[in-house]
Amino acid sequence: MTARRALLGGLITGLALLAAPGCAPAAGTRIAVAANFTEPAQEIAARFEAATGHRAVLSFGASGQFFAQIANGAPFDVFLSADAERPIRAETAGLSVPGTRFTYATGRLALWSRTPGLVDARGAVLAQGGFDKLAIADPKTAPYGLAAVETLRRLGLFERLSPRFVTGASITQAYQFTDTGAAELGFVALSQVVRHDRGSRWIVPASHHSPIAQQAVLLKSGAGNPAARAFVAFLKGPEAKAIIRRYGYEAP
Amino acid sequence: MGEVIWLTVKLAGVTTILLLILATPLAWWLARSQAWWKEIIGAVVALPIVLPPTVLGFYLLLALGPDSPLMAPFQAIGIRTLAFTFEGLVIGSIIYSLPFAVQPIRNAFQAIGERPFEVAATLRASPMDAFFSVALPLARPGFLVAAILTFAHTIGEFGVVLMIGGGIPGETEVLSIEIYQLVEALEWNKAHQLAALLLVFAFAVMLSLLLIERRTGRLRP
Repeated sequence: MTARRALLGGLITGLALLAAPGCAPAAGTRIAVAANFTEPAQEIAARFEAATGHRAVLSFGASGQFFAQIANGAPFDVFLSADAERPIRAETAGLSVPGTRFTYATGRLALWSRTPGLVDARGAVLAQGGFDKLAIADPKTAPYGLAAVETLRRLGLFERLSPRFVTGASITQAYQFTDTGAAELGFVALSQVVRHDRGSRWIVPASHHSPIAQQAVLLKSGAGNPAARAFVAFLKGPEAKAIIRRYGYEAP
Repeated sequence: MGEVIWLTVKLAGVTTILLLILATPLAWWLARSQAWWKEIIGAVVALPIVLPPTVLGFYLLLALGPDSPLMAPFQAIGIRTLAFTFEGLVIGSIIYSLPFAVQPIRNAFQAIGERPFEVAATLRASPMDAFFSVALPLARPGFLVAAILTFAHTIGEFGVVLMIGGGIPGETEVLSIEIYQLVEALEWNKAHQLAALLLVFAFAVMLSLLLIERRTGRLRP
């Protein structure tokens, strides 16, 4: 079992094999979707299928792992990343069709606690204290984590609060840490808390951090696939944008 | 990098020592008991082999969190949660590696059979005496295998630590987490180095296990 976990390369190859050609439906397209965009992507894909008759097969996972898989030949047609960096990398590495990279959603950051009344409407709780752990996503890999760090630096609280950080591998995990109460406070994605009104929250002003741009690219294997091109066009259209906004993102 | 390796070895070492102490009476009971329900306990002990580590980790996050009844006695002395602490990781690792310690020791106890204990009894050895001077020495290869497996399994542990660790440097950020983060951050060169280290380690472990097996096989009558 040790070896299994150590051999990440093997895992990547295995996943790539699972998604190998042969299991795709006719007139379909395979889309790699960042896990944080799961729900809106499912809704968009359903609308897309109803509107165009094409099938969209969605795979969900961490953007970094998708990038590694795509770089090693995983047959995805479109890549919806959770950030801008990996699509840019895909472009420079020649994995995508030039000129197809675009921002499909801009994320908003929220400071959230499941305890009602703990987070005030201006986020003053960060300076006041009264909490032990603050959950964030890993700033080295997750754009929401980076945005959280930028926000704290802007507020002049980074040095004071960084010893209280607990770091989730992804924004999903930062939310889990906060939702279980293991951390009293967490910087989460607005999209994670927009569908309920539990606890207390502060929606961090977009001016506090650089934009959390989630970008997409058409990959080389999708260049000649009409279904893939249709999906990209649909994602830029008004129907998709309305769905994206409803899930707590901004749509350009 | 040194800090990460040291922390990982420390976690595996502490887990191995505590787990050997815990697993020995459990394995003894499983090997010797006549109770009809002992295999129910045996199955519970074996559960971590089957459960996905992230599932186990998620339940541990709940069990070590502020809502958990298990945490009530700790909250009385001012500890709100054991998640995100080294102690929490030790608890998680003990549960996660439990079957890898219990099974080899149980097998070793069972392989001894009844005969040596009957002889010990005729020599007026108390059951306690027989356990320490007959069972333990005869089961030594089992303990060695259990220690190596537990240590190695804890070094390679990922899902549980990911779920309850929180990636705090020097406290919960272990080797497998570091490799995962490096891959996610696209720093593949550093990830390769650490992964190669782990690969060599895993090979050494498997090799030593096989050598132990061969030697004890030869020693057996």
